Amino acid sequence: MNFRLIISIAKSLLIARWKQTLVAAIGVTFSITMFITLLSFMTGLNYLLDGLILNRTPHVRLFNEVKPNKNQPINLTAGYKDHYNFIQSIKSGNSRPEIYNSEAIIQALKEDDRVLGVAPKITAPVFFNEGTIEITGVVNGIDEKAESRLFHFNDYITSGSGSDIGKLSNSIVLGKGLADKLLANIGDMVQVTTAKGELFPLRVVGYFQSGLQDFDKTQSFASISTVQKLLGKPASYITDIQLKLKDLNTAPAVAKEFAQLFGADAEDIQTANSQFETGSFIRTLISYAVGITLLIVAGFGIYNILNMMIYEKMDSIAILKATGFSGKDVKRIFLVIAISIGFFGGLAGLFFGFVLSSVIDQIPFNTAALPTIKTYPINYNPVFYLIGAVFSLITTYMAGWFPSQKASKVDPVIIIRGK
Amino acid sequence: MSNIILEAKNINKDFHDPVTVRVLSNINFSINKGEFVSVTGKSGCGKSTLLYILSTMDTDYEGELLIDNESMRNKKEAQLARVRNEKIGFVFQFHYLLNEFTVIKNVMLPGLKMNQYPAKEVEYKAMEKLKMLGIEKLALKNANQISGGEKQRVAIARALINDPHIIMGDEPTGNLDKKNSEIVFEIFKRLAEEFNQTLLIVTHDSGFAERTHRIIEMEDGKIISS
Repeated sequence: MNFRLIISIAKSLLIARWKQTLVAAIGVTFSITMFITLLSFMTGLNYLLDGLILNRTPHVRLFNEVKPNKNQPINLTAGYKDHYNFIQSIKSGNSRPEIYNSEAIIQALKEDDRVLGVAPKITAPVFFNEGTIEITGVVNGIDEKAESRLFHFNDYITSGSGSDIGKLSNSIVLGKGLADKLLANIGDMVQVTTAKGELFPLRVVGYFQSGLQDFDKTQSFASISTVQKLLGKPASYITDIQLKLKDLNTAPAVAKEFAQLFGADAEDIQTANSQFETGSFIRTLISYAVGITLLIVAGFGIYNILNMMIYEKMDSIAILKATGFSGKDVKRIFLVIAISIGFFGGLAGLFFGFVLSSVIDQIPFNTAALPTIKTYPINYNPVFYLIGAVFSLITTYMAGWFPSQKASKVDPVIIIRGK
Repeated sequence: MSNIILEAKNINKDFHDPVTVRVLSNINFSINKGEFVSVTGKSGCGKSTLLYILSTMDTDYEGELLIDNESMRNKKEAQLARVRNEKIGFVFQFHYLLNEFTVIKNVMLPGLKMNQYPAKEVEYKAMEKLKMLGIEKLALKNANQISGGEKQRVAIARALINDPHIIMGDEPTGNLDKKNSEIVFEIFKRLAEEFNQTLLIVTHDSGFAERTHRIIEMEDGKIISS
């Protein structure tokens, strides 16, 4: 078809009514701008809030629950196999909190290509001694490098250096709340009593602030070897293996498989933190709903302006039809007008959306709960821009459809004879 | 037989609103190539209605219409648009130029729509037509910057751009003063005599009609002499 001609006619009509065109385009621009900004801000906030927990939560955690043995001797005895045995006062005596054969398991996990990374961990409940007062707490033995890479450990160090625990022996990073209780400054020594009653001095090299107050009041971090020394355990002693997977959604299945394969307990992130998904989903849904409502309102603006233009241009439509333009051609002309308003308005909207979100990204946002956050969070996801672009074209196409349908049905005889 | 450009066979038309009134009954006539024909009659005798049927814009009629020996019945809207584009040129009482475009672009539009020649050639042809009508100086002006008489001449140039088989006019001089009417008539006459252009002009100006080659006179929806 003779598309260039149609575009040139549409262009002339647009330019002839440039003020109305501009108003219509501004409507689209405004709605796309708000759509982009709203979604970027809202999902940025979502990620921030989810990240508070999810960033630090392994997708799958392997551990050994302390529990009584399922296979009690009486059940294994051939003579009592068909009986129902009541056993009282079972003790979890023989089970240990450590993971058996941990080195081989870690090796196997590192080679699994569903796994993004592995971080071993030891949790050791201890008492911190402050004068005569004992404060209960936990020392987490971590591999600082793996922990930073997978769980952003370093992001939560507010002062001092997290990597020092890997370099200096007998060093510890204290939770900010815990450090305040112990009145411990960086460089100070703190005394730790293990569950077995041994006293152990550790040097404070940094503060850790997660944003969750209760967490920070009890947690502290040291290197794996330090904690092993603390507990008097050998180098293979590991109580947790934390996994980050390439695909978060496979976590439940993978957890089940690993639990069976390695004879350990496994917990997946979905089970541990299901409420976060729901919250994010609802917030995102609301942002989309508001954004699309804005676009539809802009669509009505375009509808009005095109309708007006068609009434004004009745004569032109009539003569175009008389000189050989079919209804389809006329319809195309007005659709081109509508879509170009959508296209240019949308393009400007994407640009201003980006600008506005960048501005929000610069606004200071300081809160004690979120030490790593200095400005409002923005998520620059190209998908939002794509959706914005597609929706601006679709809404303007729909808005243009009915008026252009009307234009295509104009009967030139009625217009021409009416003069 | 091949000389016949346009033929109407037993054309009837009724208006249905508010009551059925027969506006055209039993119209039969044909126009040969190169004829300069006028249709006259009193106001309301159906001459314009007939013209719009012949122009293919009005499809609500009974009977048969042949343009260039091709039946216009049962053609789709887009096909009829193509026929109007290629075979018919229009001049209306009102000029209907598009104010958004220059004079030359107005003339070129139907030619560009036909899409048979490249834009450059259409432009050249449009310039030729303007020269022929003595208004080539106006080519680059906007359509709303020229006078009424000039506008009507531009409209004639537009009608000529695709070298149509027939030019149809609905009171083309109705809105013009004596001098401009005379100019327009002279153009039509020249087209008919020099360029062998077929013309079918509806007019109630008897002075105009008398000077054409053939007069079809209508009364109450019938042809009384042709």
